[in-house]
Amino acid sequence: MNINTTKVISLLFFIFSAFYLYTAYQIQVFAFDENAPFNARTFPIYLGYAGLFFSGLKLILPDPNTIKVQHKTLEYKKTALLIVIAIIYGATILKVGYFLTTSLFLFSSYYFLGERRWFLMFLLSFPFVAAFMYLLHGVLDIYLRDPFLQSIGVMG
Amino acid sequence: MIEGILIGLTTALTLQNILMVMIGCFFGTIIGMLPGLGPMTAIALMIPITYGFDPATGLILMAGVYYGAVFGGSTSSILLNAPGVPGTVATSFDGYPMAQQGKAGKALAIAAWSSFAGGTLSAIYLLFMAPSLSKVSLSFRSPDYFALMILGLTAIAAFSSKGQFLKAMMMVVLGLMLASVGQDSLSDITRFTFNNMNLTDGISFVLIVMATFAMSEALTIILKRNDPTSAAKQVSLTELGSIKINKEERSKMYKTIPRSSIIGFLIGVLPGAGATIASFLAYGMERNVVNDEEKEKFGKGSVNGLSAPETANNAACSGSFVPMLTLGIPGSGTTAVMLGALLGFGVQPGPRLYMTNPEIFWSIIMSMYIGMVILLILNLPLIPYIARILAVPKNYLIPLILFFSITGIYVMSFNNFDIYLMIGIAVVATFMRLYDFPMPPLILAFVLGGLMEENLRRSLLLSNGSWEFLWGRPLTLIILILTLSIVCWQLFKSLKK
Repeated sequence: MNINTTKVISLLFFIFSAFYLYTAYQIQVFAFDENAPFNARTFPIYLGYAGLFFSGLKLILPDPNTIKVQHKTLEYKKTALLIVIAIIYGATILKVGYFLTTSLFLFSSYYFLGERRWFLMFLLSFPFVAAFMYLLHGVLDIYLRDPFLQSIGVMG
Repeated sequence: MIEGILIGLTTALTLQNILMVMIGCFFGTIIGMLPGLGPMTAIALMIPITYGFDPATGLILMAGVYYGAVFGGSTSSILLNAPGVPGTVATSFDGYPMAQQGKAGKALAIAAWSSFAGGTLSAIYLLFMAPSLSKVSLSFRSPDYFALMILGLTAIAAFSSKGQFLKAMMMVVLGLMLASVGQDSLSDITRFTFNNMNLTDGISFVLIVMATFAMSEALTIILKRNDPTSAAKQVSLTELGSIKINKEERSKMYKTIPRSSIIGFLIGVLPGAGATIASFLAYGMERNVVNDEEKEKFGKGSVNGLSAPETANNAACSGSFVPMLTLGIPGSGTTAVMLGALLGFGVQPGPRLYMTNPEIFWSIIMSMYIGMVILLILNLPLIPYIARILAVPKNYLIPLILFFSITGIYVMSFNNFDIYLMIGIAVVATFMRLYDFPMPPLILAFVLGGLMEENLRRSLLLSNGSWEFLWGRPLTLIILILTLSIVCWQLFKSLKK
């Protein structure tokens, strides 16, 4: 049986809208605001109904332009790897510091995407990040937190 | 107006701002040439850099990126039949055949001069129209604004959805839902935060833009095994030929450029429409107005056929600034990103912008002229060199895009949660892109969400909870009828299919 993924996404959106609407009704407003023409829950309630309406229509109406994605041709492995590296980068950037984590993130991303020109990989990670850091921190005066560089005395 | 022009020139002609226009145009041209990476991604990637500048400089930089991306898109359309941005698809109809006839240099020159003329003329229209429209828009009331925002969202959904109106409307609703997360602006009551302190201030606009555009486009390229840089590698090898335009060709352009610039500008002003629709309309109109002999040449390398869409798409870029600068309502996804950035700077665009922040208002308009000159210099003699820079393999390009996205969020919040949230939204957006769910309506809705709620609040409070405000004023009623017409037409088309 062929499952129309667009319809599945619409169904998920329908469920999401129903949940959103339920949560909107649960928003606690001040007692004096309860019967006001407009309070903190009014707009979200309309949005919830709008979500149900459009996703409901998409579910009911026929879908002549069904989009078929050839999953076999998609590069899931490299995409998932990049996402994992990005998550690790996000998890370590505050504790380790911008310079080291960003450089390692770039270097490992180049590697996992199939690059093997080591010198170029190095050049476009460590020196590149150092130059970018100088631009942001030194020239544009944008604060960059970096415990690692602070610990070795490079950054004040 | 003279005083304003002088203020604008004083701001735009500082060394720093000229440099920003140059950097913006250069960077925009590069990104615009890469199929798949459009002006919104280019502008989103620039946001972290703008943090260090004042609002006028930041916006000048982003505007430069915008024109540059549209300008750059035409190069890959002409040389490779691979439009870098949707707004340059029509350029390839006659630009590519011309390049195949060994006149690539000439085609690039026609495109460059047409873009320059289109951009310059529309900047003049903007110069005269924006202050007048600002004065008119001072009479707008909350119901008008609310109706206008609904019209903008409906229009962008109708125009950007490639026949998938309901999908686009779902994205509009999703954008508005995401905008409702966090504290209510009036009562400070938290909504949809699920007791997570990180969500109390709402979801950052930069986070949404980075996730749905920069990051998700990078992931889509990897997922689909695309290589946007492959086109650029061929550009450097292409024989461009002469860039001289002869007298006959010039005389054709003299007629095409004024009419196409007007069409482009007017389409750009309309909410939701943009460079893509403007270029197709200008191409179609040009084909109808030329004589039969010239009509035969369309699709085979016609000068008029190339000049018209190129003029119109650049004119539309300037036109799209009109609703943003005068009403505070962006007409396109790209200007929505700029509006979000302006709000981030603490500047409220709208009818009073040219009074409260004249240096921003006028310097953007003035910087357009400077930008056009820079683009002309960039696009003609420097294209082969730019193409060489572009030949960076995607193995480097993708991590660099991810790096810019994450850095943008990092310098903004120093918070792990925001990075995780961005990655999560990017993954969902990548999956939705596979099934043609458009992202620009989501961005526009996200930016307008707060303003929309505010105007609905005022309207309902003034009318004591009655929805009569929707037809109480003729202007509101007209806007609403227009909106309903778009919705009905789109639903009728869906049912007909």
